[in-house]
Amino acid sequence: MCMKYIDEFRNKELVTKLADLILRSVTRNYTFMEVCGGHTAAINRFGIPFLLPDNVRLISGPGCPVCVTGTDFIDKAIAYSKMEDVIIATFGDMLKIPGSSSSLEKEKASGADVRIVLSGLDSLEIARINPEKRIIFLGIGFETTAPGTAVTIKQAEKESVSNFFLLSAHKLMPPAMESIIKEGVSLDGFICPGHVAAITGSSIFNFIPEKFNLACVVTGFEPADILQSILMLIKMVNQNAPNVEIQYNRAVTIKGNSIAQRHLYEVFEACDTSWRGFGIIPLSGLILRKDFERFNIENIMPVKINHQGDNEFCICGNILRGLETPEDCTLFAKNCFPENPLGACMVSNEGACNAWYKYRL
Amino acid sequence: MCLSIPAKIVSIDGTMAEVSAGGAIFKAGLHMIENAMVGDYILLHAGFAIQKISEKEAEETIRLFEEMNNSLNE
Amino acid sequence: MNEFVSLNQGSGGKLTHNLIQKVFVKRFAMTEPLTDSAILKESGTTLAFTTDSFVVDPLFFPGGNIGKLAICGTVNDLAVSGAVPKYISASFIIEEGFQVNDLVSIAESMAEEAKNAGVKIVTGDTKVVEKGKCDKLFITTSGIGILHPGMEEISTGKMIKPGDKLIINGPLGNHAIAVLGARKSLNFNTNVKSDCAALNHLIQSLLQGCKEVLFMRDLTRGGLATVLNELAGMIKSGIIINEASIPVDEAVKGLCEMLGFDPLNLANEGKVLIVVSQGDGKKAIEILRSDPLGKYSEIIGEIIPDENEMVVLNTSIGGRRIIDTPAGEQFPRIC
Repeated sequence: MCMKYIDEFRNKELVTKLADLILRSVTRNYTFMEVCGGHTAAINRFGIPFLLPDNVRLISGPGCPVCVTGTDFIDKAIAYSKMEDVIIATFGDMLKIPGSSSSLEKEKASGADVRIVLSGLDSLEIARINPEKRIIFLGIGFETTAPGTAVTIKQAEKESVSNFFLLSAHKLMPPAMESIIKEGVSLDGFICPGHVAAITGSSIFNFIPEKFNLACVVTGFEPADILQSILMLIKMVNQNAPNVEIQYNRAVTIKGNSIAQRHLYEVFEACDTSWRGFGIIPLSGLILRKDFERFNIENIMPVKINHQGDNEFCICGNILRGLETPEDCTLFAKNCFPENPLGACMVSNEGACNAWYKYRL
Repeated sequence: MCLSIPAKIVSIDGTMAEVSAGGAIFKAGLHMIENAMVGDYILLHAGFAIQKISEKEAEETIRLFEEMNNSLNE
Repeated sequence: MNEFVSLNQGSGGKLTHNLIQKVFVKRFAMTEPLTDSAILKESGTTLAFTTDSFVVDPLFFPGGNIGKLAICGTVNDLAVSGAVPKYISASFIIEEGFQVNDLVSIAESMAEEAKNAGVKIVTGDTKVVEKGKCDKLFITTSGIGILHPGMEEISTGKMIKPGDKLIINGPLGNHAIAVLGARKSLNFNTNVKSDCAALNHLIQSLLQGCKEVLFMRDLTRGGLATVLNELAGMIKSGIIINEASIPVDEAVKGLCEMLGFDPLNLANEGKVLIVVSQGDGKKAIEILRSDPLGKYSEIIGEIIPDENEMVVLNTSIGGRRIIDTPAGEQFPRIC
């Protein structure tokens, strides 16, 4: 039994041919940024840099929502987890993220009721089964994940589940990409997030070639997808014809999934929000609309946190913007490593530092 | 981000489906998909089917890859 | 050091290693490197002596239960040390209210595994604690075996040199996935069964038929990645592994893709890493594959000279990356 739509795109012969085509197409230096933790992980897991010529450089942008989620969010989640009648329901990604002085994993070991779920709907089920408790679902992720949270909230509303709440850190991708470009990070193009675009459509990236003359390819997550995208980017740069092209056409269209978009914007609206390393980016976060604000736990039960900020030597912010690499960090691999992460870039499997530490040769 | 893999719908019950990825069975909400049918391949992410995989487009991509393969061999 | 012991420190990777080093090793004046069994010379006989505790949740899972694990785990620790396992002790800490029927099922499994492995359970202990003072049932087994002549260094890897081949006896990750599925704390279903098995007969056949078996270690918590890194550190050399040769069942692969797990980091209970000399690779595979527990054995890599002691993976698509020891417990992720 093969894994359909995966194995075909992991064919070694095909990948070798694509790498060869890339080698034959390069005429200068290229720098492409991927802004999706899934791409960071795939590039490093399959050892793709090893296959590329030296003049094609891949850098990681702010695509890991875990990386861009500030310590204040973790501190709030921890503060809620300490309350006696609270169950925190979260995706596994959040467990190891360091807050100012602890993590959800450590709190769980100390007795906090923190449960890993694979879906917002699973957390709603926990709320149904435990009517005497308050269940707080940690909403993280970009446009790929937020519609699922929206559906869950609508379901909770429909069933009048009164003990289900959301602590949202959902974010939107295009404002962060614009922020990076405006910072003046030197780039020739973007490897665009394929699963964000499956929801939003590729048109959300149109502003990038239109306003900033940079090439964009909406990319899948298998090795052949990534290499084909790099080839497409190189061709656009060589022809000086930046555009938005879709490589991942088996899942992405120009308009995207309008049903998912409808759910998303029925429940959420854009708001200004803070990104680790970027400060506030206007209209880059998602907040519950007025009709659903009763689900926002911060409205019902605000918590006070002692936000201590990040380690002063941590350069996660600059790494997320593509300005520095993990090796530029004085803490990297000495004080900061996967078993003792000091910044989110090291904690997340898709954080640039974690991937670099584990996989880069 | 967005760990999501192609999974095949093996049964449907209202807005929920059971989907199979390499033999493991997961639950998927179909709230974002129209006209889902058993046998369809969807992208499963965080407990939801976020998009159908277009067999036509996938086959077209693979065909292009093969063409490229052949032209390189000539 | 943290004030509290965290779950991560029980996952078998670097954090477990650090905890053991900091708290126990020097205080107990233990001889390093720590290997699966202690090798003890006494009045002309060399014995292998080992102990292990079993706290699996849930107690029953597809392919086995805590009792089967307790016998196989200890038998395997002796077998990979080059010993013939002989005698086992079994201690039970039982939570008040535990079902006697379940205890009987577990004891029956233990008896059956012991019989198949050819070992005798000769002594033990039982304690019952108040409700809440332990999680249903904990089992500790210790075991003694008689070491074959010439096997004293098989756990230390001292005889390994560049060019030697690495072999595993079958697909990875089945135990971890079976247990995770049985917990039902995450919403998925799988048919994957634990690979829990006593490997002593398999290993005996190998040792009898192959003169140049240089190292063995069973792959438990922390998976293949942990053992490879421990080995590289012990022999102060590098290791190169070919991803395409590593067997992983489709169902395990599918779950790993969906949950974001790396099969190299997953726990096993019926797998062993074997290093044989370069010339013996083919013969070793032949012997292993003729046994049901080695049917899917593969040569997965080789030892290379490298002062950085790196474990490198040639990926299935022709790329290259480092295999590192997992930091602690793996959690499913969506990002």
